[in-house]
Amino acid sequence: MLRFFASRLLQSLLALIIIITATFFMLRFVPGGPFTTEKAVTPEILRNLEAHYGLDQPLWKQYLDYLGSLARGDFGPSFKYPNRTVNEILADKLPVSLELGVLSLLVALLIGLPLGILAAVRRNTWVDYVASSFGMVGISIPTFVVGPLLVLALAIHLGWFNASGWYSPIDRMLPCLVLGIAYAAPISRLTRGGMLEVLSQDFIRTARAKGASELRVVMRHSLKGGLLPVVSFLGPAIAGILTGSFVIETIFQIPGIGREFVNSAFNRDYTLVLGTVILYAVLIMALNLAADVVQAWMNPKVRLEA
Amino acid sequence: MIRRFLTLSGAALLLLAGCKPRDAATPSATATPAAGAKVLYLGNGTEPQDLDPQVVTGVPENKIVNALFEGLVAYGPSGQGTIPAAAASWSISEDGLVYTFNLQPNGRWSNGDPVTAADFVGSYRRILNPKLASEYANKLYPVVGAREFHEGKLQDFSRTGFKALDARTLQITLKRRTSFLIESMKHYAWFPVHLPTVEKFGGLERKGSAWTRAGNLVGNGPYTLTEWSMQQRIIVDKAPTYWDRDALRTDRIIFYPTENIETEERMFRTGQLHKTNELPLDKTDVYRREQPESLRIDPLLGIYFFRINLTRPPLNDKRIRRALALAINREVIVGKVTRQNQQPAYNACPPMESFTSPARLAGDLAEARRLLAEAGYPEGKGLRPIELLYNTSQNHKKIAEALQQMWRQNLGVDIALVNQEWKVYLDSQDTLAYDLSRAGWIADYVDPNTFFDLWRTGDGNNDTGFANAEYDRLLEEALGTADETARRALYARMDAILMDELPIIPLYFYTRTYAANPRLQSPPNLVETPNYKFIYLRD
Repeated sequence: MLRFFASRLLQSLLALIIIITATFFMLRFVPGGPFTTEKAVTPEILRNLEAHYGLDQPLWKQYLDYLGSLARGDFGPSFKYPNRTVNEILADKLPVSLELGVLSLLVALLIGLPLGILAAVRRNTWVDYVASSFGMVGISIPTFVVGPLLVLALAIHLGWFNASGWYSPIDRMLPCLVLGIAYAAPISRLTRGGMLEVLSQDFIRTARAKGASELRVVMRHSLKGGLLPVVSFLGPAIAGILTGSFVIETIFQIPGIGREFVNSAFNRDYTLVLGTVILYAVLIMALNLAADVVQAWMNPKVRLEA
Repeated sequence: MIRRFLTLSGAALLLLAGCKPRDAATPSATATPAAGAKVLYLGNGTEPQDLDPQVVTGVPENKIVNALFEGLVAYGPSGQGTIPAAAASWSISEDGLVYTFNLQPNGRWSNGDPVTAADFVGSYRRILNPKLASEYANKLYPVVGAREFHEGKLQDFSRTGFKALDARTLQITLKRRTSFLIESMKHYAWFPVHLPTVEKFGGLERKGSAWTRAGNLVGNGPYTLTEWSMQQRIIVDKAPTYWDRDALRTDRIIFYPTENIETEERMFRTGQLHKTNELPLDKTDVYRREQPESLRIDPLLGIYFFRINLTRPPLNDKRIRRALALAINREVIVGKVTRQNQQPAYNACPPMESFTSPARLAGDLAEARRLLAEAGYPEGKGLRPIELLYNTSQNHKKIAEALQQMWRQNLGVDIALVNQEWKVYLDSQDTLAYDLSRAGWIADYVDPNTFFDLWRTGDGNNDTGFANAEYDRLLEEALGTADETARRALYARMDAILMDELPIIPLYFYTRTYAANPRLQSPPNLVETPNYKFIYLRD
């Protein structure tokens, strides 16, 4: 177990260094820089700007300097927002994205799990068909369609919500619902699949033969095994919810990190791009690791090995 | 586990049931202002980079900076003209070189300090300090020694043309006559900053220190900064120290960063905004039909055009450029494609109160075809496909496709459309890696000079390879011409040169389309510089 962690940690660290290096140099080779604007600045001003941000140094030195400040936990100043450091921006926005992600995940599980279980237990009845249709529809319709539709109905016509924003608890409901539905769909389908497989196994028949109630069969005997596919999906899905919330954050003007992740690249905000990339890389690695551990705990067939 | 889920979902349902329909006119997204306070909710485009007038560069920043700071002069009630602001009055010497400003006797910073001439001089010293690397420092170049100081050739700031004669008298001496100086001073590069505050939060040479945060920022404008939540909102409140506070009819303004214009329009419909920053093109017709009272289309001093790379064959041939320019039906472009009351452009400078250029691109399709044949490509035969570059956007794409079709139909010329991401596109334009490139130019100040200066040989914004000695000479001459009629005539001649040489193909003059509460009083400003004294909700 300890060896497993040590080796995974080492792998992750190596991957992280490769990611940082690749991102750093790719950014610099893309045409246009942070000071490329429609109204060109004079050459003297451009020189001043480059000196101000240390961009006049040779690239290898900038790279080493960046790694140096990174080691001290300093992501540097933002180019686009000169009065914020990248550390500040990340610290400001990560909690928002986390809140959005966790609440959405809760919605996704609350909708997806019961639907999937019901569909599996009442297989090939109307319950199954309704649940499966929901799954198909939820997977097929992207959030940028569901979002505006719900805003149109619930915010503009019924006036229950604001059309966008992240100010009061009520503002959380629409975006979390939209993002939650998007993930509820695959969860319900995976749950159904996993449950069906378990329900057809011998030990379930044994449990039923021993007179266990249907509720007990589902809750006690099949759930743990049936949810395995969902768990392996959840690792990348949580990462996806956190990183992929760009669309939702844009539609609902949520001050989260997904928007910065995308916009910083458009702005050639070198330090902010690197900051968000590093953050996401660490998050994804950690979540995948967590998914592996949970899976090993739930499934006796899986062992953690280096 | 399951039970906890159930409890939570129950709580969520209760929350949902608990929210009642609310009055659409009162956005719920506000910190509670005082009872009866007049609050404005404005969509402001993107999140501002910063609020330091000597650091920022964009329109969203401009709109907030104008609430927090005040320059010497400002736009009048109609959105044009000049009225006193931080300067109560001013005089200009006979030779047009020495400007003397008498500051407002009651002018105060938001911390109570008086606004002095030394504040202005110190601020100008800061923006011209090369170490600050301000992008708009060159706005001050008309002043004696400003450029030299900024380029590090002059160390002693007291030898520049900025002088504080006494606490309330500021004198600015120019290198040479600059007719549009007062007009250009409405730009925030000329605004003062409170130096002790800047000093306190990291020094005068540091960009982006914390001095512009709420609670720290000290300004001399009509409003003070109450809250700045990044990507959420910026709240400003009427400044009790402002010299003309009785003229303000709005107590609080809340600026929302509205990057997504579809979302912004929905915010307007739920009553979260009194005014949007933009309006999606598809929605313009809907508003025309269903709520014309909320639709506003203001003139904007800007031109949509195409740059031509004069260094590449075959477009280095003037006849082909002219053929292309003549074979466009601009009425169709503005009537069917852009559809927001834009004016078709047949010259390089949009009309303004003080100047309407007589130059005009004239000619018909027959001439266009004749010119193309003369150049050796009858009906486009033998001409290589010409690339038309634009930055990735639905609207630019529609226009490019319309042009592609017009040129193919009218001239038989093949056009290849190339779209690039914004900064890549800017880079291509800058390095002359294009044939034809879509472009726009919005005035910095209301004077024709802003539309002609960029075609100077070697100017950083020229990006066409256009170099014309006669043109450069006229540009210099116009700057030193005191007589307004003579000066306007010179710009007309420059315009005629541009329409003859055609380094650009003008398409249309911009408008600004947005949705606004019918009660909102907001005079159109040609360069989107607001004067908040004249922006309020009618009762």
